[in-house]
Amino acid sequence: MENNQEQKHTISVLVDNEPGVLSRVTGLFSGRGFNIESLCVAETMDPLVSRITLVTRGNDQIIEQITKQLNKLVNIIKVMDFTDTEFVEREMALIKVRAEAQTRAEILRIVDIFRCKVVDVSPQFYTIEVTGNEGKIKAILDLLNHLGIKEIARTGAIAMARSKKEVSLKREKIVLPEARQGGKK
Amino acid sequence: MRLSGAEIIVESLIQEGVTSIFGYPGGAITDIYDCLEKSPIRHYLVRHEQGAVHMADGYARTSGKVGVCLVTSGPGATNTVTGIASAYMDSIPVVVFTGQVPTPLIGNDAFQEVDIVGITRPCTKHNYLVKKVEDLPMVIKEAFYLAKSGRPGPVLVDLPKDVLQNKTEFKYPKKIDLHSYRPTYSAHSGQIDKAVALMLKAKRPVLFTGGGVISSHCSSELKILAESLNIPVTSTLMGLGGFPGRHPLWLGMLGMHGTYWANMSVANCDVLIAVGARFDDRVTGKIDLFAPEARIIHIDIDPTSIRKNVSVEIPIVGDCKDALNKLNQQVQKPGKHDWRKIRQPWLEQIKEWKETYPLSYEQGMDEIKPQFVIEKIYELTKGKAIIATEVGQNQMWAAQYYHFDQPNSFITSGGLGVMGYGFPAAIGAQVACPDRIVFDIAGDGSIQMNIQEMATAVANQVAVKIAILNNGYLGMVRQWQELYHEKRYAQTFLKGNPDFVKLAEAYGAAGLRARRPEEVVPVIQKALAIKGPVIMDFVVCPEECVSPMVPAGKAMTEMLLV
Repeated sequence: MENNQEQKHTISVLVDNEPGVLSRVTGLFSGRGFNIESLCVAETMDPLVSRITLVTRGNDQIIEQITKQLNKLVNIIKVMDFTDTEFVEREMALIKVRAEAQTRAEILRIVDIFRCKVVDVSPQFYTIEVTGNEGKIKAILDLLNHLGIKEIARTGAIAMARSKKEVSLKREKIVLPEARQGGKK
Repeated sequence: MRLSGAEIIVESLIQEGVTSIFGYPGGAITDIYDCLEKSPIRHYLVRHEQGAVHMADGYARTSGKVGVCLVTSGPGATNTVTGIASAYMDSIPVVVFTGQVPTPLIGNDAFQEVDIVGITRPCTKHNYLVKKVEDLPMVIKEAFYLAKSGRPGPVLVDLPKDVLQNKTEFKYPKKIDLHSYRPTYSAHSGQIDKAVALMLKAKRPVLFTGGGVISSHCSSELKILAESLNIPVTSTLMGLGGFPGRHPLWLGMLGMHGTYWANMSVANCDVLIAVGARFDDRVTGKIDLFAPEARIIHIDIDPTSIRKNVSVEIPIVGDCKDALNKLNQQVQKPGKHDWRKIRQPWLEQIKEWKETYPLSYEQGMDEIKPQFVIEKIYELTKGKAIIATEVGQNQMWAAQYYHFDQPNSFITSGGLGVMGYGFPAAIGAQVACPDRIVFDIAGDGSIQMNIQEMATAVANQVAVKIAILNNGYLGMVRQWQELYHEKRYAQTFLKGNPDFVKLAEAYGAAGLRARRPEEVVPVIQKALAIKGPVIMDFVVCPEECVSPMVPAGKAMTEMLLV
């Protein structure tokens, strides 16, 4: 049935790996007043194809328009809305947190509990690399916040359907990098 | 065969069957012009690039072919933007070639450089910056294919100067493989079955048609469907001509300036069958109160049009022609229903609405009423002319009083609403259809927005007849000021209008004027007898309003019957 409630959706878009394609996608969102909460782009196994993972929010009617409008763009190969399906979603964050003598042990305990890594150490700061879903990132940020976070960098979500529903794209078979030349960048 | 980029373009245009193009040369595209002069393609030199795109647009609407224009880089390119945006809103197949600075200079703020691909990204169906001459043939092939297939639209191809000069082996591709672009033409038969079932049950159905009927050439299929089930038909501005304007089932246009009975029919229908229309706000008015009792069937080739503005019970994605053919196959099966009888009460009700508030105006003895001018043009051209319009009151009166009989005859900037569209579009239409009579119904405001194309018309002896409904105002805005701003006519009085007769003569065209009602017919007759372009200056009642009118944001049933 029609759902008027706003809901978060993770949408995966396979696009031609060509200049200007990302701006076609983001321009569509800004031009039509849709939100982007996060966005990640990288090449797939096929250098001619990129995957954009974006997180957006809207009611059913808006999400339907978003997927239809994306599909309408000529450079877009496939659009998958992962919401309501089985999928894995991860994002990564780098967190630079104040690490004084009296707090270092606590920080390391948190790092251990959350199974993250300290990737840079200085006399005053630890930089922590954490990977997980949005909830996990939020949880560790909440814990570290009172210890003094100096800055953070987050990737935004990337997602993949659980095995059964993998996006099947003929060209997306495994190709050794050297076997393919001249992917358009 | 090794050809330069410029030669490839001209060769490719010939292969695409292009015979006429509209353009304006400049430093970045002299190479193409050099080749074009030696080709059989006829080039129409415009006086402003906006005019070129509107001409290509008018040409496309009347010829059924893709309209083509060619302009230079920088300002040449930016001047096309309004024309492109209009063609995009109205889904008109146009290919625009723009010059660009040489590839090594792109991004350096070079002379006459502009990122036209960036600028036109949201108002083209697709666009290209060609970086290698080797890519050129395929890009042109794709551009034409994209422009005319699926839901048609404008495509822009940006051509750096070095790409035009570099050479490569030329072979025009025969096939295209756009793996990410596959429009759906064939309507889903399951959805068709559902639609038929609903239509057969309907007590008060209305067919609501749009520009999709024109672009998919399915007006005869529409007529069959309407007549088979005896369903009345209304249409958007873009759909006019898709159904005969004198047919007993014809309701006239709906929407803000639609007929009272068309709007009442839609407001009271139980099943609404939308064909190639996109439920624009000028049609629906207050969306929550649009067709409140209707179960809606929506046929459109563009899935994004469906459920964009209204919720739809039976969506049918596909070519309108295909969908209507499939519907017709089922509804034409001989059945036990006598549709004439079944439809009687509904058609009676509509007739009553029509008799209560017909379209009307009073032509007195002194001032010319603009509606009267349109009616006389209709009579004297026997309804067979191609009518282009500008935007505003002139456009609405043309839509109300010229009873379009056949498709591809009404040419107007429906979506974007471009003042200055009509005249160049009429030139394009006349180029496409040299044997037909082409009128531009204009206002004294709009005509001045692209009046420079008079030179194009005169130089090429394109015999467009311009009928200016000269009320001395920006009439439609003045009407809003009269209704919503207590007649404070801020900046809508056009002080300083030229003498349009002298203006026509200055360009070497004919100029005629009518000030009194009895002069209207002789002026039109005289204009029709003149071989070249003509301006007819009809000095009309200055404060005439377009009626009826639904105030913006109000329900379609809340019409002002001025």
